[in-house]
Amino acid sequence: MLNVWCAIAAFCTALSGWGTAAAEESVEWKTILGRARGQTVYWKAWAGSEATNSYIQWVAKEANKRYGVTLRHAKIVNPAELVSGTLAEKTVGKHTGGSTDLLWINGENFSAMKKNGLLYGPFTCELPNFVNYVDANNSAFTHDFTVPVDGLEAPWGKAQFVFIYDSAVLRVPPKSMAELLKFAKKNPGRFTHPQVRNFMGSTFLKQVLYEIVKDRSVLFRPAMEDNFDKVTAPLWTWYDELKPHLWRKGRRFPESGPAQNQLLADGEVDISMSFSPFEASRLILNGMFPKTVRTYIMDIGTIGNANFLAIPYNSSAKEGAMIVINFLLSPEAQWRGQDPSIRGSFTVLDMKRLPDQYRKKFADLDLGPASLSPEELGPPLPEPHPSWMDRIIDEWHNRYAN
Amino acid sequence: MAQSLRQLVVSKAESRFSLLRLAPFLTLCVFLAPVVAGLAATILPALGFHPALNRYDIGLKCLLQFFSLPGAGRSLQLTIWTGFLATALAFGLAMLFSASFCHTRFFRCAQCLLSPLLAMPHSALAIGLVFLLAPSGWIFRLASGALGITRPPNVITVQDDWGLSFVFAVLLKAVPYLTLMTTAALGQVQPARSLALARAMGYGVFGAWIRTVFPRIYPLIRLPVYAVLAFSMSVVDVALVMAPSNPPTLSVFVLRLFNSKDLAMQLPGAAGALVLFLIVVGSIGLWRVGEILVARVGRRIYSSGRRGGSGTVSRSLAAGIMIMLLLFSFSALMVLALWSLADWWRFPDAFPHAFTLTTWTRHIGAVGRPAFVTFVTGISAVLVSLALVLLCLENEDRMGSINRSRTLLLLYIPLLVPQMAFLFGTQVLFIRLGIVGGWIGLIWAHVLFVLPYVFLSLADPWRSLDTRYRRSALCLGASPWKVFFRVKLPMLLKPMSVACAIGFAVSAGEYLPTVFAGAGRFATLTTEAVTLASGGDRRVLAVYVFLQAVMPLAVYLMAIVLPGWMHRHRAGML
Repeated sequence: MLNVWCAIAAFCTALSGWGTAAAEESVEWKTILGRARGQTVYWKAWAGSEATNSYIQWVAKEANKRYGVTLRHAKIVNPAELVSGTLAEKTVGKHTGGSTDLLWINGENFSAMKKNGLLYGPFTCELPNFVNYVDANNSAFTHDFTVPVDGLEAPWGKAQFVFIYDSAVLRVPPKSMAELLKFAKKNPGRFTHPQVRNFMGSTFLKQVLYEIVKDRSVLFRPAMEDNFDKVTAPLWTWYDELKPHLWRKGRRFPESGPAQNQLLADGEVDISMSFSPFEASRLILNGMFPKTVRTYIMDIGTIGNANFLAIPYNSSAKEGAMIVINFLLSPEAQWRGQDPSIRGSFTVLDMKRLPDQYRKKFADLDLGPASLSPEELGPPLPEPHPSWMDRIIDEWHNRYAN
Repeated sequence: MAQSLRQLVVSKAESRFSLLRLAPFLTLCVFLAPVVAGLAATILPALGFHPALNRYDIGLKCLLQFFSLPGAGRSLQLTIWTGFLATALAFGLAMLFSASFCHTRFFRCAQCLLSPLLAMPHSALAIGLVFLLAPSGWIFRLASGALGITRPPNVITVQDDWGLSFVFAVLLKAVPYLTLMTTAALGQVQPARSLALARAMGYGVFGAWIRTVFPRIYPLIRLPVYAVLAFSMSVVDVALVMAPSNPPTLSVFVLRLFNSKDLAMQLPGAAGALVLFLIVVGSIGLWRVGEILVARVGRRIYSSGRRGGSGTVSRSLAAGIMIMLLLFSFSALMVLALWSLADWWRFPDAFPHAFTLTTWTRHIGAVGRPAFVTFVTGISAVLVSLALVLLCLENEDRMGSINRSRTLLLLYIPLLVPQMAFLFGTQVLFIRLGIVGGWIGLIWAHVLFVLPYVFLSLADPWRSLDTRYRRSALCLGASPWKVFFRVKLPMLLKPMSVACAIGFAVSAGEYLPTVFAGAGRFATLTTEAVTLASGGDRRVLAVYVFLQAVMPLAVYLMAIVLPGWMHRHRAGML
């Protein structure tokens, strides 16, 4: 399997040398374009972010206009549904005509789908825009939460964990977990995190673990029965101390990052969190946040990852899905995606490979008053192995959800 | 003469209308088969039999595993407590209100307001209620000046540990529902004379009603009360919005297990669904036992001779509570409208900073598709249900046999069995039939819940239509079908359109059937609203929820206006 993938990758690299025209006019791609016309692509994607929902609407309109592909956004709240839907279909033997054609996925859900053989591909090297504009050797795109991607998913945005606060209310935000604990004790009820079943909530715990753990290297290997308790013990000690001082005394949690943004806007808490360094700027622009809201990161840096797109093995519109993914990787779609007033997600394109006109457009993007530049964000901390996330979620529920 | 005529019609019917005779059977298959098959397909994995996952070890292991999950016990307690509390309160309030105000103008006025309230999806009301009651909600914004606060208080109002806000959200619709059911039942028992007699003997308003009317109407509203009990124990969408989430109510707990990425969790999930089913059945049984006990104790109190007060206190209490419930419901709708039009609206401002149509214009495109799906699904489910119900009723007329109690019980099955307990199994059935994620499966799943309401609201007007119209038409030489189309349908246009409106409202408000039968491919306004309710921009959520609430309301108003317009030249039909 891996050998085949390597061969294809090599072929892809060779292809990329021929430039844009060659890839887009290849016979294979034309066949795919032909087959895609008239297909309906059901895209299961987390629907918690209004900006992304609207962006997907725009993509749907363009996909229909340009390629005759009907794109429908199947909105989900809990990304675990990405796996359960297709897995349930596989267990009852529905190997064709599955209900989903495109997934917005990463991390533990990608790992689960890959393990269960639920993904179509490798397909990324067939996408002209991936071949032309994406640096396929970037470690952020070759591995997803340490799991090799193997061409089964294409990146479409980069995310980095950031904290959001209102500088008019909070002069100096806490920039380490020790400071955060001190802040929470001094200001009871003014801090919280999204509930742990939500990826934002579990990422917060991982961020804490990152700072608290003695030897980080252990996080990049699967969590084991014999080391999980020992490694995470300081995390739970820290959390036990924090919990009574949380918003609602730690008995309620906002459902998601955007829900916590609403709490910040209402003045219920002083700090919110997001996976988009541009989100605060976008929310200032649309009136939800006051103009004094700012973004910051922890002193040790913050966790970052890439968002990916994948195709279920039993999709009935694989070509349509590939067309949509390819369109999402076009400089135009990526540029709109990075615009904080539209979506605000870091592009995955390699600026060096872009045509001049687009490189300029990207450079001219106004990132907004509350955004951090890539320099300020610094290099993101890589995601731990997905098993840590799964176990942390379970352990949290064992400890606090009874 | 009438007898022989009926014989004639019946024999004719037997020879010619075999399709019609199949109607009741067909109806039962359409709406009971998925429930029964779904239950079976849930119970088997609950007992450990799940061939697709290679599990054949039948036993109680999955049940034990379910109970060992963190939060399962608390979730169970929460479900039972909120279920009984909501039902008892809804029932008590509906009785108090009917007793205090039956046959008054206030009653008729409230009734006019209650019916449209029932048309609004429950989840829409619940979301609107959050906008009102949350610490950052409208009530605290309005009161902030008086309370002297500039930040939302750090208290739990919605999603409280005891599930009280959830119970309140259930009451908002359960009380109007039971009140209207009681009104319908009152029509059958003619309470005026017995009430007058009791009053003449010196009993107070409430005392007279509870002694002479209540014992006669209770059997008529027993099934609706059970439906409320089953509903409050098994509802998913309202619980997602209003009930605590760590742990949640049992139905939400089970839904999470079914959605887990570890498919093995489907077994304890199915076990949880089975537990929910047993809890609901057991609770209905317990309620029945309670009925018997209350009847025993009640008999003693009845014959004690005490006349009771004049009823002024109970009257003002009933009026106050009813007005409060109505006020909350309509303010919920209003706060949704305000948010959808808000430019921005910071705490503690009482009103938005400015009004704008931006949110509407930006999202009207995205709302179009779910609005379309809601409309098409609702209309189709209503039409299918209406056709089946009409055929059943027509068959009943021609066969001359009515078996009310048995059909009634069967009709209530989809309303009494928790949706969570069979929809998972129904989905498996639909996958096998290859109709999951398609229009047919979606509409079928909706018919299960629409059909009982269409039947219930149409059966009485249909059966009370004066049979002499039919007989006269037959004697004039019209064929039975001609009588059906030219006499009965036009005369029953009004109840039919009301039945359709109710059916549409039921369909528009359904959450779980759309989720399961739609396989994520279909989104209605209700599923979108519940999805978006988990967080994000209130202004956008308000657009969805406002539309969700208003669409069935519009259909309902149309159902009232349309027959009048069609019969505008026939004063006697209005």
